[in-house]
Amino acid sequence: MKRAMAILGGAVLLALPFFGFAGDYYVNLSSQILIAAIWALSLNLLVGYCGLTSLGHAVYLGIAAYLVGWMTSVMGMGHLTTALLALAITTVLACVFGLIALRASGLGFLMITLAIGQIFWGMAYRWVSLTGGDNGMTGLTRPAPFGVKLTAPVHFYGFTLAVFLCAFGLIALLVRSPLGSCMRGTRDQPRRMCALGHNVWLVRWTAFVLAGFWGAVAGLLFVYYHNYISPHVLSLTNSAEVLLMVISGGAGTLFGPILGAALVLVLKNVVSAYIERWLMLLGVVFVMIVIFMPDGLVPGIRQWWVGRRATAKPQRGGE
Amino acid sequence: MNFWLIQSLNSMALGGLFFLLSAGFSLIFGLMRIANLSHGAYFMFGAYVGLTVLRAKGSFVLAIVAGAAAVVVLGGIIERFILRRLSGRVLAQVLVTLGIAFIISDACLLIWTGDPIPLPIPQALRGTVRIGVVAFPIYRIAVVGLALLVAGGLWMLMEKTRIGAMIRAGVDDMQMARGLGISVSKLFTAVFCLGAALAGAGGVLGGPILSVYPGLDTDMLPLALVVVILGGAGSLVGAFVGSFVIGFVYTFGQALLPDLTYMILFIPMVIVLALRPRGLFGRILT
Amino acid sequence: MKSQTRSYSWLVACLLLVALLMPTMASAQSEPIRLGFLTIKSGALAAGGRQMEEGLNLFLKERNFTLVGRKVELITADTAGQPAMTKNKTQELVERNKVHVIIGPLAAFEALAIDAYILQSQTPIISPSAAAEDMTQRKVNPYFVRAVGTSAQPHHPLGEYTAKDLKYKRVATIADDFAFGHEITSGFQRTFEENGGKIVQKLWSPLNVADYGSYIGQIKTDVDAVFAAFAGANGLRFLKQYNEYGLKDRIPVLGAMTTTDEGILKNMGDEAMGVISAGWYTAMIKSPANERFVKAVNKEYGADPGYYTMGAYNAGLFLEQALKAVNGKIEDKKAFMAALKRTHLKEGPMGEIILDEYGNPILNIYIRKVERVDGKLVNSVLKVYPKVSQFWTYNPKEFLAAPVYTRDYPPARNLE
Repeated sequence: MKRAMAILGGAVLLALPFFGFAGDYYVNLSSQILIAAIWALSLNLLVGYCGLTSLGHAVYLGIAAYLVGWMTSVMGMGHLTTALLALAITTVLACVFGLIALRASGLGFLMITLAIGQIFWGMAYRWVSLTGGDNGMTGLTRPAPFGVKLTAPVHFYGFTLAVFLCAFGLIALLVRSPLGSCMRGTRDQPRRMCALGHNVWLVRWTAFVLAGFWGAVAGLLFVYYHNYISPHVLSLTNSAEVLLMVISGGAGTLFGPILGAALVLVLKNVVSAYIERWLMLLGVVFVMIVIFMPDGLVPGIRQWWVGRRATAKPQRGGE
Repeated sequence: MNFWLIQSLNSMALGGLFFLLSAGFSLIFGLMRIANLSHGAYFMFGAYVGLTVLRAKGSFVLAIVAGAAAVVVLGGIIERFILRRLSGRVLAQVLVTLGIAFIISDACLLIWTGDPIPLPIPQALRGTVRIGVVAFPIYRIAVVGLALLVAGGLWMLMEKTRIGAMIRAGVDDMQMARGLGISVSKLFTAVFCLGAALAGAGGVLGGPILSVYPGLDTDMLPLALVVVILGGAGSLVGAFVGSFVIGFVYTFGQALLPDLTYMILFIPMVIVLALRPRGLFGRILT
Repeated sequence: MKSQTRSYSWLVACLLLVALLMPTMASAQSEPIRLGFLTIKSGALAAGGRQMEEGLNLFLKERNFTLVGRKVELITADTAGQPAMTKNKTQELVERNKVHVIIGPLAAFEALAIDAYILQSQTPIISPSAAAEDMTQRKVNPYFVRAVGTSAQPHHPLGEYTAKDLKYKRVATIADDFAFGHEITSGFQRTFEENGGKIVQKLWSPLNVADYGSYIGQIKTDVDAVFAAFAGANGLRFLKQYNEYGLKDRIPVLGAMTTTDEGILKNMGDEAMGVISAGWYTAMIKSPANERFVKAVNKEYGADPGYYTMGAYNAGLFLEQALKAVNGKIEDKKAFMAALKRTHLKEGPMGEIILDEYGNPILNIYIRKVERVDGKLVNSVLKVYPKVSQFWTYNPKEFLAAPVYTRDYPPARNLE
C-alpha cells in the first residue's frame, strides 16, 4: 500500500510539468533538475556506493557536451551519431582516468580527479580554435528523436524524463545487483572483500567507468538543453556542486542525489530571486544538514519518520 | 642569465607564499585527518580583517595578529561545535567545510563589498634590493624568510616540546594517549586553532602580493591542496618542500611552456600521485 | 517495515519538492514597464555588478522610476557569473516576470549563453557591458543592442596614438587570457603595427593567476612601453607588483580601458600614476551632462563613476530615448526595437552616440592619463577621437570577412 502510494506520488510529481502547471519556466527548471539528478546519480556510484570521493566529475559532463557541440556544429554530423560517439569516447576516457586515479585512494584519489578536471578545464579554456575558449560554442541544436522536435520546453521535458527514468532504472538495478553489493563491500570492508577473493580494484574501476558513462549521458542532455557550452561546465566549482548535491541528498541512497540536485537547483534559481544572499543560505542549509542529518537528507528524513512512527500511538494503524 | 636568476627568485618567493598559505591546511589534515575545505575562506577572511585593522591602526604586526585571532575564534567555534562530532566522516566534513566556505565568502562580500583592495606593504619592507643584475622586491624576500620562520617554529613545536609530543601521540594512537591522561579533544581543538591562525596570518602576509578580493578563497584553495598532497599529507617537511617545488614548477613552467599554463601544476601532480600515491614525503595514513 | 519507511521518505520528499516548486502568483497584465536587469551579485565579478546596479538605480531614481509617464518596475536578477544561471535568470525574467526589456548581462560569455534564447523569445536587450564582439559583427542578433563599445573599439585609436603621438616603436603586451583580453590586444596591435610600431612580445596571464611576478620577470627590458590589458582586480594587482619590481619608472605602462577604470582606480596608489589608456568614458570629461552625472554618482555612492556605472546608466538613456520615440508603447515590440536601433544620443555623459546598423555605438574615444587632481587619482583627457566605430577606419565588409579577433589573429609577425 505504502509503496504504491509512494510510486503514485512520484509519478504525479514527475507528470506535473506536462499539465502546463506553472509555465515554461518551471518546466525548464524540472528538466534541469532531472539532468542534474542523472549527473548526481552517476557520481553517487563512486561516492556513495564505493566510498571514493571525486572532485573532478564535471569532466564527463563537460567532455561529452563539448564533443557533441563540436561534432554537430563544426563537423556537421548528425545527432544520433554524435551522441553515440560522444558517449563512447567519454566512456573510454573514463576507463583511462580510472586506471590513473585508482592508483591512489582517499585524498590522493580526490586530488587526481581534481587534477584531471582542471587539466581538461584548462584545455577547454586555452584551445580556442577547438572549443571557442571562454566564449564557448553557441548555436548548438537539439536532436529530434523519431522526428519529434524538442524545442518546446514540454517536449524537451518529456525526452529528459524518459532518459531519466531509464538511467534511474538501470542504476537502481545495478545497485541492487551482486555488483552493487560488491561495491558496497569494497566501501565498507575492502580487506575482507579481498580476502573473500573479490578483485577490489576491478569493482572500483567498473564503478568508475559506469559513473563516467552516466555522467556523459547527463552531459548530452545538458548541451541539448542549453544550446551552448563553455568552459564553466568543467570548472572545479561545478565538480564541487555535484558532489555537494550527492552528499547533501544522501550518498549511498538511490533517492538522495535526486533530492540533493533539486535542493541545490531550486535554491540557486528560485530562492535567489527572493533572497539576495542565497549563496550564504545555501551554505547554511548544508551546515544544518550536517548537524541534524549528517548522512544526508534522505537518510535523515527516513530516520525522522521511523522515529515518529516509533513514538506514534499504538491505535493508529492501517495507513 | 637574467631570466634564470629572476625567475628563480620569483619561484622562491612563490614557494614561500604557498607555504604560508598551506601550512595551516597541512597541519589540520596531517594531524587531525580533516580536509578543511574552508581553508581558502579562512585565508581570505584573515586578510580582510587584517586589512581593516591595518587601515585603522596602521600597524602591520597588529594586522597579522588580528587576522590570525579572528580566524582562530571562528575556527575554534567551528571545530568545537561542528567538526568534532564528524571525526572519520569524510563526506560530512566535505559538506560542512564547503558550506562554511560559502557562508564566509558571501559574508566577506557583504561586509567589505566586492572591490579589490591591495594590502599596503609595511614601510620597512618596501622597495627593491639588487641581487646580481636584477632588482627584486624586498617584501618577497621577507616572505621567504617568514616561511622559514614559520616552518622552523612548527617543527620546534612538534619535535621539541612536550605539547608537540602529546599531539603526535594523540595522532598516532588516540586511545593510548587518552589512556595516558592526555586530553586529546582539547589538544585537537588547539591544533585546529593553530592551523586556523596560520591560515589567517597567511592571508595578511600574502595580502601585499595577492591583494584581497572576492574569489581569493576559490583561487587559493586548489593551490593549498596541490601543495599539501604533492608534498605528502601529514608531513610538514613535505608541505615545505612541496611549496617550493610547486613554486619552481609554476614559475618556470608558465614561462617556458606558456601553452600549458593552466595545467602546469596538475600534470606533474597526476604523475607524482600515480607513481607515488602518498606524495613525496607522505606517510601512509592508516 | 523497511520498505514502508523507504516509501514514506520518498513521499515526504515529493511533497517537499512540490512545496518548493509551487509557483508564485503570476502578475496580472498591468501598467508599469517591467525592466529586467541581469547583473552579478556574488562571486569574483560582484564589484562590477554592484557598480552596474548603482548606475541603473541612479538613472531610475533621477526620473522617479517613471519614463514617458509610465512607472518602471525594476526586477533584478543575480546570475552569479555562471552561464547556466544567466540563462535561467533570463528565462525567469521573461517567463515569470514578463519583462518588456532587459538590461544586462555583465560578461561576454553570459551574453553568448542567452543569445539563442533572446532570439527565440524576441526580448529586446540592451547590454551595458558584455563586450562579445561578434554579437554586433558576424553573428548579429536583431534584438541585441550594445550601450557601450566593443572590446577593441577604444584600443584601435590607442594603437595609433601610441605610434604617432607617443612615438613608441617597440611594445610588449600582457593581457588577461580570455576573449576580452585577446580582443583588446588584437585591436591595439593592429593599429599600432600599421602605424609603424612593433609588438615584440605578447604575454597572456590566466584570469585567476596567483601572482604576476613570473610574468613581470619575463617582460623584455628593452621595450618602449608595456601594454597591460586587465579587467577587474587584475589591473590593480599587476600595476602594484609592476611598481614593486621597480619597473614603473623604467618602462611606462599603457593600459586598456578597464586597467585603470575608475571603479578600481580609487583603490590604487602611486603605481597607477602616468598610465595612459583609452576608453569611451572618463569621469573627467568636461561637459555639463557629465559633470552633473559625476556629481550625482559621488553624492549617492561616494566615488567616481567608471566603466560599469556608466554602461548601465547609458543603457538607461538608450531605453529612455527609444521609449520616447514610441510614446511609451513598449508592448509594440517591432516599433520599439526599430526605435532602439535608431538611437542617437546628442548629449550624455559620454558625449554624442549614434548606433551603427549592427547595433553597436559609434562614440567618442578619449585618450586618458592617470593624474592626481585634488589629491584623487583620475583619468585626465589627453585627446579625443570623435565618432569611432567598432570597425575603426576599416571597411566593415572587409573587417567582417576577416576572422574575429583572437589570441592569434591578427598574427604577430614581429615577436622576438
